[in-house]
Amino acid sequence: MAKNSPKQKNKSYSNIGFNTPVPEHPSLNEVYEDTPFSEAFWTYLNYVILNIFGWFRDLLRNARIENRKGSAENNPPGFVPLYQSYESFYTRNVYQRIADCFNRPIGSVPGGTLDLLERVTDDYNWSFNFTGDKVKTINLGSYNYLGFANNSGQIAENVINSIKTSGVSAASAAQECGTLTQHRKLESLLAEFLGTEDAIAFGMGFATNALNIPTLVGKGCLILSDELNHTSLVLGSRLSGAVIKVYKHNDMIHLEKLLRDYIVSGQPRTHRPWRKILIIVEGVYSMEGSLCKLPELIELKKKYKAFLYLDEAHSIGAMGSRGRGVVDYWKCDVNDVDILMGTFTKSFAAAGGYIAGKKELIDHIRIASHAQTYAVSMSPPVVEQVISVLNLLIDENEEHEGRQKINQLAWNTHYFRQRLTKMGFIVYGHPHSPVVPALLYSPSKIAAFNREMLKRGVAVVTVGFPATPLVLGRVRFCLSASHTKEMLDEVLKHAEEVGDLLNMRKSKLNPKRPFHETEL
Amino acid sequence: MGSSMARGDIENLATDFFGLFESFKHAPFYHIIIEVSLLLAVVWLLFFRKPRPIEKKLTEKEKQELIDEWQPEPLVPPVDSNHPALNVRVLDGIVGKTVEIDGRKSLNFATFNFLNFVGNQRIADKAIQAVQKYGVGSCGPRGFYGTIDIHLELEERLAKFFSCEEGIIYSYGFSTIASIIPAYSKRNDILFVDEGVHYAIQKGVEASRSHVKWFRHNDINDLERLLAEQDVLDKKNPKKARTIRRFLIIEGLYVNYGDICPLPRMVELKYKYKYRIFIDESVSFGTIGQTGRGITEYYEYSIGSIGGFAVGSSFVVDHQRLSAQGYCFSASLPPLLAAAAIEALNIMEEDHTLLFETIMAKSKRLHKKLLSIKGYIINGDEISALKHLRLTNSLNTVGRLEEIVQFAQSRDITITVARYLTDEHHLPEPSIRLILNVEMTDEELEFLCTVLQEALVKVTA
Repeated sequence: MAKNSPKQKNKSYSNIGFNTPVPEHPSLNEVYEDTPFSEAFWTYLNYVILNIFGWFRDLLRNARIENRKGSAENNPPGFVPLYQSYESFYTRNVYQRIADCFNRPIGSVPGGTLDLLERVTDDYNWSFNFTGDKVKTINLGSYNYLGFANNSGQIAENVINSIKTSGVSAASAAQECGTLTQHRKLESLLAEFLGTEDAIAFGMGFATNALNIPTLVGKGCLILSDELNHTSLVLGSRLSGAVIKVYKHNDMIHLEKLLRDYIVSGQPRTHRPWRKILIIVEGVYSMEGSLCKLPELIELKKKYKAFLYLDEAHSIGAMGSRGRGVVDYWKCDVNDVDILMGTFTKSFAAAGGYIAGKKELIDHIRIASHAQTYAVSMSPPVVEQVISVLNLLIDENEEHEGRQKINQLAWNTHYFRQRLTKMGFIVYGHPHSPVVPALLYSPSKIAAFNREMLKRGVAVVTVGFPATPLVLGRVRFCLSASHTKEMLDEVLKHAEEVGDLLNMRKSKLNPKRPFHETEL
Repeated sequence: MGSSMARGDIENLATDFFGLFESFKHAPFYHIIIEVSLLLAVVWLLFFRKPRPIEKKLTEKEKQELIDEWQPEPLVPPVDSNHPALNVRVLDGIVGKTVEIDGRKSLNFATFNFLNFVGNQRIADKAIQAVQKYGVGSCGPRGFYGTIDIHLELEERLAKFFSCEEGIIYSYGFSTIASIIPAYSKRNDILFVDEGVHYAIQKGVEASRSHVKWFRHNDINDLERLLAEQDVLDKKNPKKARTIRRFLIIEGLYVNYGDICPLPRMVELKYKYKYRIFIDESVSFGTIGQTGRGITEYYEYSIGSIGGFAVGSSFVVDHQRLSAQGYCFSASLPPLLAAAAIEALNIMEEDHTLLFETIMAKSKRLHKKLLSIKGYIINGDEISALKHLRLTNSLNTVGRLEEIVQFAQSRDITITVARYLTDEHHLPEPSIRLILNVEMTDEELEFLCTVLQEALVKVTA
């Protein structure tokens, strides 16, 4: 895509010159390259060796030849052990070796750059000590898609004012005395932004799913859930008591087959007809970087009279030419999606979740939701942050901050993905999704990539089993509108170096090329 | 001729039969067995087997018909627009000792603001500083750059405050206990749970899929009975018993009842029957005990921020860092809330005993005053700052209680009916939940009692 916008004046929030609007046509091109045979082989071998060593070390620990490093339970006799030792085999012998890659404490705003607190370990990750220094790194790990994580500026001023005028907490449930005028304002603004009749907000995104799915479906209902759905959706489905069936990720043919088969056969054993059928999908899947196929889903749902629950945790604000999520991206009618859910943690840099839809739906949730009845309502300063961001995003003026950020993110996504793919990395996911997973396969490479990038001043997130399938460990880059082109170039150069070190650039579809040859 | 033919036939027949018998005599034994069994099988098939209907598979056309016929229920049931949840009071400004509703100020006896930390200047200042340093959101779960140094500080302070080895914080009070229980208790384990625990604990218990044994609220004898029954089962199958974990789940101060659990006796039973205790101190933390350390100190929601935490030995707490769903898969607590919590802890530690002595004393005085109003039943321990108010017997309906609440609001006192969902395991009786704020003066407490008295007269007239 050519840089067709003229160089703009020095605005503090936009990358000078590199800022183009999102293409108008949504694309269906998702490419998932097959795992190279050699990678699969070495990865399995890797696990076998880890297991052998793990077994051997456990033997030594049991025989007291080696010290038990983890904290031990001082079990009075007769008590059943708190957790079984085989459950922790993986933790002790695989996870512990690479524990320094996770739970890294930070000491600054999680913006485009990050200050990590430097940690050292004397005993191979069993315990950590802080040196007191901070390491400045480029942040590709935080969910800060639109770059609103800031500690200064107009939004921060609004938040500080709201702490002064409304305090930090209302200390009461929303149904009792916890509803403030700000909450009502947030809800109406949210409904306006999304284009629905009404909306309702909660204090925690995870709890929004877990506590509200049971109010919508119960015993005698069927839930068809995508393979890769988030834990909160799975927990909510389980708590509801409905029958849950899983379909292959994004496989609409499998979904249709399940729909047909289950409507025909009815409830298990009694064969009574189902009370309701709910299809649960996510907008953007955070481990794969893939998008849900919304037009096809809506068609299916209409054909079979099912209901659609769309979890836009990662896609609200980040996808779509107006930042209104996947519904906007695919140019679908927002009224076709029965339940729109999302979180404020990612693009809005706040905390909490919301559900939007028709007024009857929201009224029902107000009455029956676990969160509205028992849990404390959202904290006022956090509400203020979301209101300020929403005001910016609703503003359709192309010159203003909201649109600038949306366009910036789109450009960053396109640029980064193209160059990374051309360099030979095996990249998964949809070409327009700001979540960019590049495959590493083996657990050792996961640790190595993470550490090597940290040495070069880049903070990334690498994940392996059990968050991903066994052989498909990956590094997941989270792009943000606060990344400048220079930062992205630096990251790409470092990724090239480390990719060569770890022999990662093995794509057959895009044979590896050096960085300077991949200019757009 | 016919008869001679017939005689010939009969003779032949007789010879045949005789030959048959002869051959039977000479046949090997197994041959006879097989023949007899086959005969019996034929007899059974003909006379005794029920005819099995052969189910034909549905044709595509039939399937399509079923699909076309199927109609779902509406997504949500019809909603009563008069339901109290759709007509809540909307508040303005700081929800502290007084609240502002539609421009009018009233005394607040409804929110969980025991130590009056909501609106506290010091806490607000610290929260502002946190925003200026870290922004608002943490933009990530704890595992991926969501761990901010202020979280680590808060966890250390909490552990120190309770003299435990380690602490862990969650971003939402409800999911704290709802994630902790399933992290430890799995399908085969047994949970002994008090019937009066609040909804979040009930959900945690459900999510764990363990066997649950409910015992009557605060009834130690009922608990012992259940434990003894379990013991008998254990002795029958000791091998299995060694793999079943047992937990007792109680609250320090019950939100739904206002009374305190008999902890010493439960600890005794713990060592006798070998189970572990989980105490939910959401309400007792900061309100009972000489230095506010809750039920464990007394026997030997008040912090003004949002979130939840758990403290214990490192061995126990560490397990949650990988297995508690609400911790691993959720974004971490916004730094400003963590900063507010740390400052609240500071205040609690500085004040040492004054704050807590005051709140316990005031609770006792309020309890006496309330008891003197005839017509109300007061539930809750006398030192508890949380009390439940009910009308006598058949008068106690949600409708009447709502009238009392509205009357109080018109006299500038904000109280609330305790809200529950209908699918609670043991739905408590309707009640008004009264919460005492440590900064309330004696005159204000008197005023509350006067208004309650007048409300009673109006409602029972």
